[in-house]
Amino acid sequence: MTKRIPSPTPTSDRLPKCPSGIKGLDEITGGGLPRGRPTLVCGGAGCGKTLMAAEFLVRGAVQFDEPGVLMAFEETEKELNANVASLGFDLAGLVQRKKIVVDYVHIERSEFEESGEYDLEGLFVRLGHAIDSIGAKRVVLDTLEVLFASLPNEAVLRSELRRLFRWLKEKGVTAVITAERGRESLTRHGLEEYVSDCVILLDHRVNDQIATRHLRVVKYRGALHGTNEFPFLIGEDGISVLPITSLALNHQVSTERIATGIPRLDAMLGGKGFFRGSSILLTGTSGTGKTIISSNFAQAAALRGERVLFFSFEESPNQIIRNMHSIGLRLEPLVKRDLLRFHSARPSLYGLEMHLATMFKEIATYKPHVVIIDPITSLMDLGTDSEGKGMVTRLIDYLKANQVTSLFTSLTQGGKAPQESEAAMSSLMDAWILLQDFEGNGERNRVLYVLKARGMKHSNQIREFLISDHGIDVVDAYIGVSGVLTGSARVAQGDLEKAAVLASQQEAAQLKREVERKRAALERKISDLRSDYESEALELRRIAEQVGTRTFVLGTERVASGLLRQADIKVAAITRSKSKTVKGTS
Amino acid sequence: MKTTATKRRAVAIARRHEPIWQLHLYVINQTPKSVAALVNLKGICEAHLKGHYQITVIDLAQQPQLAKADQIMAVPTVVRKFPTPLRTMIGTLSNTPSVLAGLDIMQPAA
Repeated sequence: MTKRIPSPTPTSDRLPKCPSGIKGLDEITGGGLPRGRPTLVCGGAGCGKTLMAAEFLVRGAVQFDEPGVLMAFEETEKELNANVASLGFDLAGLVQRKKIVVDYVHIERSEFEESGEYDLEGLFVRLGHAIDSIGAKRVVLDTLEVLFASLPNEAVLRSELRRLFRWLKEKGVTAVITAERGRESLTRHGLEEYVSDCVILLDHRVNDQIATRHLRVVKYRGALHGTNEFPFLIGEDGISVLPITSLALNHQVSTERIATGIPRLDAMLGGKGFFRGSSILLTGTSGTGKTIISSNFAQAAALRGERVLFFSFEESPNQIIRNMHSIGLRLEPLVKRDLLRFHSARPSLYGLEMHLATMFKEIATYKPHVVIIDPITSLMDLGTDSEGKGMVTRLIDYLKANQVTSLFTSLTQGGKAPQESEAAMSSLMDAWILLQDFEGNGERNRVLYVLKARGMKHSNQIREFLISDHGIDVVDAYIGVSGVLTGSARVAQGDLEKAAVLASQQEAAQLKREVERKRAALERKISDLRSDYESEALELRRIAEQVGTRTFVLGTERVASGLLRQADIKVAAITRSKSKTVKGTS
Repeated sequence: MKTTATKRRAVAIARRHEPIWQLHLYVINQTPKSVAALVNLKGICEAHLKGHYQITVIDLAQQPQLAKADQIMAVPTVVRKFPTPLRTMIGTLSNTPSVLAGLDIMQPAA
């Protein structure tokens, strides 16, 4: 069920409101329908008037403890039960529990003959009795216009209707009156002149073979209200009006970062990956690897134990699982553990609004941490540019309010600058990664770069990435003369660099050998010199010895001659010690 | 509002295999319109169905639940319950020819 919308603070100068409980309607009307007054809901055939009125009653009885009376002029109780049961409402049960009274007013003109004056007091008694029997606070009249067809005297009818609406106000019930749309006026029989407090117009239009319902609050006396036309849809659990501007830009933000599943891409994003709760756009022409990168992101998140919801508008879940298996991503176990859920639908299955509502519903029930939409462009093609942008805005707002990280892939058409073609969406996105094909040298290579990443330092490089058996590999950047080198040019550049390194290595080795050789030569020279020196020293000693011997001999000869010439002993002693010194040095 | 006289008469008619008309008149309170309707209906019946009719006046102010059960919306309303099929007329029944046509009242056999 929907969340309960708090009624506005009851101030004396403010119109009291009666929450309808219908998703979105209370946001547009600022709290609901005017309490204690009649509201006119008009629209063409099949636009959901009766369902809206019935939902107003059922939600009143179930959520707000306000019993209600449904006075039906067109459908019998049985038919009504069946019709609202398709929206999940148990009307019969509520009737049984005395929360709702259904009164089918059967009128057929053929059975009516008129003669003389009359009034519709019988209807008042009937309605009054039904209201009093359960203490009803809400009344639905669906649709009074049948009376115009059945009662012959329109003047009586009009005066009685005026009385009826006055009487309803006096009763203090919040009433919803449905009416068929007129060709030039709001209603076919001008009921709007009696119900002047609140008029809601429903509309069902077909654009490009896709029908969309719209709701507009034409008039709401004494209250501010959204004046735009809002798309609404009838789903399995009632009506949801989708106010584009219902969410203000005030969602919580997280500083937590989450990895992309591609380490080198994380490195390009300031080393940590994306912010949690941010919206990421992944654009590229077909075959650039958008789904692969998304799947990588999905797998990484699921492996961290986060829930991932994957909306696929091009491939079936099994096809994605098979294809990703070929590059080493094993998604199936994650699906089995319910960490990854696929939701596949053809874009043309239903209109933009229905898609949006289904997505909201899936998100609300599964409560994912990460949502992937592959590709968002398929959906945007369904409506006009402004509708598409409106839808993405609402989707992003919704996801951000719930702190869900969202990854949108976008298929760009060849020949257009991607920045231009994504103008509608890019301003809504926090991060934008661009995938491109580089053609040249007879090959096609994939590159990626981070075009923007709000709130983080990111790489400005264009990087080539390879898709292999084990996933995605972002490779080193090689910048050549003509720009970034990819593919074989990059490999060639790599080889060149390798060769250069090898050459310089060899050169160094040669230098080293040279030095070694020189050192050896030097050593050799040193040892030569040393041996020269040694032989010379030996020679010197030998000479010295010879000199000593000669001196000694001379000395002895001198002593002998001194003796002969009577020389003193002193001289002899000196000579002896000298000869000793010479001996020591040898 | 059955009287012993009409009962007796009804029995007598039944014995003669003639139908008794069952007419229900729905009104709310004793308004001038209610009174006029009853007076007009009685007058017409006396003139054309003498002895073959029975009028039941139902005041919805006292029995509001009957409004839903008998599908009454406008008052006064007269419903021909018998003979079938059901015939409904609304208004004070002031226009006798249209009442005769609306309730399909035949001239009874003399």
